[in-house]
Amino acid sequence: MTAPLLEIENLSVAIGAARIIKNLSLQVHAGEILGLVGASGSGKSMTALAVMQLLPEGAAMTGTVRLRGETLTGKTDAQMQPFRGRDVGMVFQEPMTALNPLMRIGDQVAETLRLHRAVSALEARHAAREALDLAGLSGEQGALDRFPYELSGGQRQRVAIAMAVVMSPSLLIADEPTTALDVITQAQVLLLLQELVRTRHMGLVLVTHDLAVIAQLSSRVAVMHQGEIVEQGATTALLRAPRHPYTAALLAAAALTPKRVARQVSSPAVLEACGIIRDYPRRRRSLWRAAAPLRAVDGVSLSVHAGETVGLVGESGSGKSSLLKVILALERSQTGQVRLLGEEFSNAAGNLHRLRRAIQAVFQDPYGSFDPKWTVERLIAEPFFLLSAPPQAAERRRRVAVVLEQVGLSATDAQRLPHEFSGGERQRIAIARALITEPAVIAFDEAVSALDVLLREQILELLAQLAERLNVAYLFVSHDLQVIRAIADRVYVMQRGRIVEEGPTESVFASPRHAYTQALIAATPKLPVN
Amino acid sequence: MKDSRHTSLIAGAVITALFIAVAVLAQFWTPFDPRLLSIVDKLQAPNVHHWFGTDQLGRDVLSMIMLGAQTSVGVAALSVIIGVLVGVPLGLFAAARRGAIDELVMRGNDVIFAFPALLLAILMTAVFGPGAVNAIIAIGIFNIPVFARVTRAGALQLWTRDYALAARVAGKGPLRISWEHMLPNLVGLLVVQGTIQFSLGVIAEAGLSYVGLSAQPPTPSWGRMLNEAQTLTALAPYLALFPGFAVLLFVLGLNLLGEGLRRRAGRRS
Repeated sequence: MTAPLLEIENLSVAIGAARIIKNLSLQVHAGEILGLVGASGSGKSMTALAVMQLLPEGAAMTGTVRLRGETLTGKTDAQMQPFRGRDVGMVFQEPMTALNPLMRIGDQVAETLRLHRAVSALEARHAAREALDLAGLSGEQGALDRFPYELSGGQRQRVAIAMAVVMSPSLLIADEPTTALDVITQAQVLLLLQELVRTRHMGLVLVTHDLAVIAQLSSRVAVMHQGEIVEQGATTALLRAPRHPYTAALLAAAALTPKRVARQVSSPAVLEACGIIRDYPRRRRSLWRAAAPLRAVDGVSLSVHAGETVGLVGESGSGKSSLLKVILALERSQTGQVRLLGEEFSNAAGNLHRLRRAIQAVFQDPYGSFDPKWTVERLIAEPFFLLSAPPQAAERRRRVAVVLEQVGLSATDAQRLPHEFSGGERQRIAIARALITEPAVIAFDEAVSALDVLLREQILELLAQLAERLNVAYLFVSHDLQVIRAIADRVYVMQRGRIVEEGPTESVFASPRHAYTQALIAATPKLPVN
Repeated sequence: MKDSRHTSLIAGAVITALFIAVAVLAQFWTPFDPRLLSIVDKLQAPNVHHWFGTDQLGRDVLSMIMLGAQTSVGVAALSVIIGVLVGVPLGLFAAARRGAIDELVMRGNDVIFAFPALLLAILMTAVFGPGAVNAIIAIGIFNIPVFARVTRAGALQLWTRDYALAARVAGKGPLRISWEHMLPNLVGLLVVQGTIQFSLGVIAEAGLSYVGLSAQPPTPSWGRMLNEAQTLTALAPYLALFPGFAVLLFVLGLNLLGEGLRRRAGRRS
């Protein structure tokens, strides 16, 4: 076997007293894809940064990192600069922030090249063109003079990849490159990475928390847990028969088994939406004529029955969030009607308060969902505002304690502030806040998308239990088919503002009728079946 | 690195507290009566009795500086309060309502912004006559758009947070959300801006009193002391030195404090 391309030996990183990485050793060969997998906080990203010698200030590192036999550790920043970009390329998670918003994409790709090699502007443009073509952004779409804001998330990630490969580096590090993308775009980007490794004989380190992505792409996998590699080996063998309990736990969580048997519900509808159309005005381009509005939701009707869990799935930009805002009466639709408990909700003026009690919501971001200055008790009790006679002092405290215990937290947490809780715990607090008015329906907007697989599993289990116990209905909005499949009784598939398919979850997933649903299911990375 | 942040915060806080303490003290005690004319003692250089010397009318300069601090702190503080009381609600309101109301409020601000405080003060003097109250109002009006803008920008960002959405799901109206969620989270930002406006207010007050548009004699003020010292610079340079140094040190202290607070707020959020 040839010498490894990247060799990490006994790498340890500590920030202050916290040991982030402990004695980590791994190797990557040319033409190989190594998957580095673990839950958030396991030290994956820190490992990637250590290879580039880009650790945050105050981090102390020991061990050796060698690239093609040359030791990178101990080099000064100035000595490292030639390596970054030329020999090692890097792609980050967030395509929105990885690009300079004020720079044309052609210039951004060419910049890497011009930093390392004395080339003329024309040559640089040619190379940028080639790299963008290679990244699948050819023709009009990838015109060199476009700005990042003119591109979609997937296209931006392609630009980031073009920037990383323009120097033909021998090693590419991709840190959660597809986590921010929807499934169809994710499939395309993964395919692109695979192609690049094959045609250019690069080594690729793919950092992700998603085992299914690893299963599909990488030949070898290393599992990280609390800064250590607990297990590594050939992907298929390791996923078939994990030896370490942590790997097994990750795998079980990633498989997302249905949380309960999907039911056929025959109870009355608690939430109905009929013919919802939601237009957003667009900036006018001509002085004489108003621009045609953007139709985000185009004649959608759906219903949620008492105690039922309904999934709404679609890729980003399909209009799910706009629809949800109309359903929650946060925005008005142009036409159509939302009925809650049989009464009109969308345009209810006097009744709005009374009806709002029956529908509550949980949002995506566990960090942005809470006013940082409010105690948990005050946060959870906020929806009491909807009651005509909100409970006072002792009664209020008692009811907050009840919901806190329902979501698996303790009553003593009530006096703490949100920043004292982890992401998963915060999402539990958000659920508690939604439960406090004893609503008939709770709407979830990508409520588990920001959580890693293990936390996602726990929250979904909790939700399934609560639905059973409290007979509350869910409207569960997500771009993640696996999640919807695990929790929903019935599912709606949304594309470009329209519902293209609906039906009981199992039958939709087993035999999708609409081409879009089929494409979504095909694009979802799958774990090998035992 | 960490220490330098601390140093500027502490140094700023100490200097600012010193000046405010002196301003309060001057209300009850000064070494001499600063309004007492004593021609026999005129133009004494700093000595044991008169630490900062005496002016051309024999008044004790230290006592005048102390009472001048009172004028300075009073005018700057009240003008910041005017700015906050009017500007912050305007900013919150504009951010909460958006659309045409937002546009109206912000363009109104632009109009006020176009007039410098000095011009406004001259205008008010022409109508109401000169005085400290008019200086306060003029500088206060100048502060309004500053606070309105800072508040609006901060609030617009907070409106995109999910907790604003959650509060709407809880049935709260935009004004209530502004009061309960926006304002408490903007306090840090406003304190920083308030400190900066305070220091600008000190400079503006000194400028206005220098041209005779702020507190009128016999109330001492740093700007007028500088003006009066101007003709005597060759004879008694310390007359210009002490009030000039007072303005410099106070403004420096406030800026250090503002900078320190800003860094601390930036590190936390």
